[in-house]
Amino acid sequence: MADFDWPWQYKFPPFFTIQPNIETRKKQLEAWCSLVLEYQRHSKQYGLDVTEAQSSELFYNKQLNRKLSLDAIYTVLEELRKRGNLTWKDKTRKSCTLIWRTYAEWGKMIYNWVVAKSMMNTVCTLYELTSGEDSEGQEFHGLDKDVLIQALRTLEAERKAELMEFDGSEGVKFF
Amino acid sequence: MDRFSWCDGSLFPDEHLVEQQGGVAVYDGHDKTPFISGFLMLTTHRLLWRDQKNRNCVISLPLSVICGLDEQPSGFTKSAKIVVHLQPPTPGQPPGPVTHSAHNFIRLSFRELGQQEFYRSLKEEVKKKRWESQTHQSGSSSASGSSSSNSQGLLPRQRPGIVGIERSIQAKNKETNKNISQAFQDLKNLMEKAKDMVNLSKTIATKIKEKQGDITEDETVKFKSYLLSMGISNPVTRETHGEGDKYYSELARQLANLLTKPIEESGGMMTLTDVYCRVNRARGMELLSPEDLLHACELMEFLGLPVRLRIFDSGVAVLQAQSQNEEEVVSKTSAVVEKQGNLTSEQLAQLLGLSVVLAKERLLMTEKMGGVCRDETVEGLNFFPNRFLTET
Repeated sequence: MADFDWPWQYKFPPFFTIQPNIETRKKQLEAWCSLVLEYQRHSKQYGLDVTEAQSSELFYNKQLNRKLSLDAIYTVLEELRKRGNLTWKDKTRKSCTLIWRTYAEWGKMIYNWVVAKSMMNTVCTLYELTSGEDSEGQEFHGLDKDVLIQALRTLEAERKAELMEFDGSEGVKFF
Repeated sequence: MDRFSWCDGSLFPDEHLVEQQGGVAVYDGHDKTPFISGFLMLTTHRLLWRDQKNRNCVISLPLSVICGLDEQPSGFTKSAKIVVHLQPPTPGQPPGPVTHSAHNFIRLSFRELGQQEFYRSLKEEVKKKRWESQTHQSGSSSASGSSSSNSQGLLPRQRPGIVGIERSIQAKNKETNKNISQAFQDLKNLMEKAKDMVNLSKTIATKIKEKQGDITEDETVKFKSYLLSMGISNPVTRETHGEGDKYYSELARQLANLLTKPIEESGGMMTLTDVYCRVNRARGMELLSPEDLLHACELMEFLGLPVRLRIFDSGVAVLQAQSQNEEEVVSKTSAVVEKQGNLTSEQLAQLLGLSVVLAKERLLMTEKMGGVCRDETVEGLNFFPNRFLTET
């Protein structure tokens, strides 16, 4: 991740201590939220495991020898959840899904691509969509399956697609 | 049975429990009574019987009416019994369960054993007649003779129980009071001498003034400052200025007079602990209690004095010069932090010549106003310029 453009806050030691001053903390959390989302988008990750994240470079600046404590990580993640960018996978809050683009946006993007490829009225598997050769180079290539299904659901609601299941594998038909 | 009377089960002040046994029934002569199953208690004064089911049902029999005791060993279907022979009833006794009885004895049936022990204790108590010795101890001196022949009368009186403990505590308190007042007698003399000492230091100060040439300037200044911070010649005390509010307001005035200058010299603030030490050093013998000092300081703002009490969020109390402006401190502190890049409270204390506690309070206050932000690590608390707010 050498090419990731870290914000200036990442090199600022107080960034790794949750600030008690409310105004300051607001700014700090804003910076954290955008950093986490940027980082996830950059590394194309959709989920985050809290225990793993503790030692990832996202929350641990080795050069500075500063790391965000577990409590602080939860503070940041909860802030993301409040903004609608995060959902916990379960109640234990051990891992979460990060949404740096809304499901509707994903759906739209996929639909536009399908239209451009004139694959209307054909059925394709979910695997094809995210891991097929055709979609290589597209932003949704390698998209998390849960996210993909949510995105296609939004299309389904607009009657632009239909999710189906055959022979144990899942597919989708676009209209 | 008509010698029994109702009671609430509580003991007299000098009455003590000797023995108790459960599962005891009371017979009126040879007849059964409603008192079938209960606790029988032997005290120094009475026999008490308490119903096991209805604990409010208690009857008592004074030991003084007992004139004889017999044992009835247990049989095949009968439990062991104690026969208690009673003196004829005296008129005017408190109400009891039975107003008239044909028998002059009762029987205590021990259904859950324990009869032998109880019999022994009962016999002993009746023989000792402790109820007598105690009534004449606390009451009239007319009762005499017979009871003093036993061991109790010869030994120094031992008071058992709570009353005894209370009395011994009282005596001890009296003793300490006496000791304390004696000790303060000595201090008073010392205090009188202290007044002379203060006077002496004053005369030395004036003498030094006159002969300034003989000693170097530096030494004079130093010596004088020692003397000046030493004496309050007429300290405000409760004796001279009365009690309550007036005392505290006078005290507050004197403190403000004394402290305004040193506080301003030390950067506009002084912790209350420092104030306490300084003031008491100056007062010599008429020491102030921390509480009085605090009360006086609380009044300062109300009295419009040039210094006032301020308590930080962390609970640190300081005296602050009225002239010190909060915003100024904040901007000054953030400027220093900006210049140094980052600072701990120790470093700031060194830079500004403050105590560490005050330096920390300054940083925390500045942080509260958004001037700096913190970096908390295992090495300690470090403060940085607040780039969160200044940069975007």
